[in-house]
Amino acid sequence: MGIGITELTVRIVVLAKQVPDPETPPSQFKIDESTNTVIPPNGVPPVVNGFDLTAVEAALLLRDSGADVEITVMSVGSDFVMDAMKKPLAMGADRLVLVDDSGLDNIDSAVTVRVLAAAIEKDGPYDLILGGRQASDWDQAHVTLGLSEVLGLPLVSLVQKLELNGDSVSLQRVIPDGYQTITAPLPSVLTITNELGEPRYPNLRGIMQASRKKPEIFSLADLGISSDDLVPKLELKKLYIPESNKQVELIEGEDEADSGKKLALRLREEKLI
Amino acid sequence: MTSILLVAERDEQGEINQSTLQAIAAANGLLDAVVTVAISGEAPASASALAVEKIVTLAVVSIADEGIYDQATAEISALVESTSPEVVIFSKSDFGSIVGARLAFRSDSAFAADCIEISNDGGDGVSVTRPVYGGSALAEFEIASKPAIVTLRAGSYEAGNETGSPSIEAFDSGASVEQAASVTGTVAEARDGVRLEDANFVVSGGRGLGGPEPFSVLTDLANALGGAVGASRAACDAGWIDHSHQVGLTGKSVSPDVYIAVGISGASQHMAGCSSSRAIVAINKDADSNIFKEARFGIVGDWEKVLPSFLATVRELKA
Ligand SMILES: Cc1cc2nc3c(=O)[nH]c(=O)nc-3n(C[C@H](O)[C@H](O)[C@H](O)COP(=O)(O)OP(=O)(O)OC[C@H]3O[C@@H](n4cnc5c(N)ncnc54)[C@H](O)[C@@H]3O)c2cc1C
Ligand SMILES: Nc1ncnc2c1ncn2[C@@H]1O[C@H](COP(=O)(O)O)[C@@H](O)[C@H]1O
Repeated sequence: MGIGITELTVRIVVLAKQVPDPETPPSQFKIDESTNTVIPPNGVPPVVNGFDLTAVEAALLLRDSGADVEITVMSVGSDFVMDAMKKPLAMGADRLVLVDDSGLDNIDSAVTVRVLAAAIEKDGPYDLILGGRQASDWDQAHVTLGLSEVLGLPLVSLVQKLELNGDSVSLQRVIPDGYQTITAPLPSVLTITNELGEPRYPNLRGIMQASRKKPEIFSLADLGISSDDLVPKLELKKLYIPESNKQVELIEGEDEADSGKKLALRLREEKLI
Repeated sequence: MTSILLVAERDEQGEINQSTLQAIAAANGLLDAVVTVAISGEAPASASALAVEKIVTLAVVSIADEGIYDQATAEISALVESTSPEVVIFSKSDFGSIVGARLAFRSDSAFAADCIEISNDGGDGVSVTRPVYGGSALAEFEIASKPAIVTLRAGSYEAGNETGSPSIEAFDSGASVEQAASVTGTVAEARDGVRLEDANFVVSGGRGLGGPEPFSVLTDLANALGGAVGASRAACDAGWIDHSHQVGLTGKSVSPDVYIAVGISGASQHMAGCSSSRAIVAINKDADSNIFKEARFGIVGDWEKVLPSFLATVRELKA
């Protein structure tokens, strides 16, 4: 337990993954087909997955609303880049816990869930686990869902708003044409979606504070897991960039207004409208 | 022989929905497929002609037990346990994504989400292909353990027109779950006109529109075409239009005859929701933007100058 933690403190674990920057221009996105891995683009450092920063924001909004919260950011992986991983601390999170082990290169979701569950249990008591909606590398959108099963906790996905009420949380969950209101007990596992709002920018004070904080690091051995135990269920056979042979037909008129007219006529010609 | 359990979903009329019919086609493509379809509540009359072996009805009053799906997960887990299928297929819907993942981790089975292809060649296990990195790449995985639990992206397969005469039986899982989280209400966005997912014409706007007002021009165009309005995530996140209009990887999937993208750069995550459209039409002032690599027709230009004459001509043609 950290300094200043009381019985009333709500301990929130936010799951955050380091990913290649999804804003990398498509022309710079390359794959090494001999190893089935993405070649890190030159000069584009990795980032914390966008939805995970939104989950950090969700936890910070609870603090802003007056709740006494302790925010622990937890990540599983290898080759962590501290400039990226400290961003949640700079935003206002309290702790950063990394499970950093070379055995955690290229793991599948079954392994990720298992290691996250072990790290969460080892790290101590918690009241709420927040994950992102999906990680922008493998786009699986199920690590948090799997974690709720493995930990045996209630799950609410696609949360866009949350409010603490004693030992429960009131939530809004996005559905295709609106949202549901849901009450969930503590502890629960929630996945946070971008409808919550943009994550805040760290201010100078936050950045200074984050630079002084050291991540707490677990190895697999610390968690009592041997890398031999981590058998993936999905075996990656091939990773490749799909070929596109589409040829665009550009419509050019005398001016832009004329192009607009010609476009409509062309679509009619093709019986599309 | 490949035994497959396929979890069906219904449309607003209670009929087996399109994604399920597509999933049946995918399942029937597996080696010596023997397909069982699970459906909640009484099977609709049309189900008795599905090209599958068997239909199993589940007791769950509504398979949509409200976004949490504790009861559905328990019932389907029990069914999987008692029938030991080699493959379990869901649609990549809200329901399928959640129940599929929960089922897999509850039973320590392999899970592959959002697949666009599934196959087996008689060896041990199945292969799946799924888009990754927002759709910038495709990944092919082999799953050796059983069951392999997958969700299928809508539009990846075409529904077949074969028919069959499946037997129909009820499955009583005996499961009755006390749900820890409870749904207290639903707030629906008002929608006028056709559903975005069903529209034959979709007019979508992006960050290039610069604000909320231009969406009224897109709405006029959509109305003239009898279609619906979509948007990029950037436009939704900016608050210019409600998120229920978002098209893409984390929004809605659409496959209209014509998808008109206005001021949208064509990021892979956006295209993931519209690339199965028959024709994509792009209006963008940047000739280098990615949307022109995906579109069939395009205008390099300012939407403010292009759209009024386009709309006027569409109206004339429709008159
Ligand atoms: C995990 C993940 C999931 C995502 N899911 C989705 C999703 O579901 N849907 C989605 O859309 N995005 C999604 N995104 C975001 C996506 O990566 C892009 O950031 C987003 O689609 C960009 O939106 P945009 O094209 O409107 O904006 P921009 O990329 O900023 O493009 C704006 C375009 O407008 C053009 N323009 C500007 N002014 C004009 C003018 N006057 N006339 C004509 N053209 C003009 C510009 O040339 C530019 O090409 C996701 C991202 C991640 C990481
Ligand atoms: N290696 C990881 N470390 C920490 N959190 C993770 C990791 N992988 C996934 N997550 C969390 O799970 C969410 C969903 O990820 P995914 O299922 O991989 O799309 C992410 O948004 C993160 O919050």
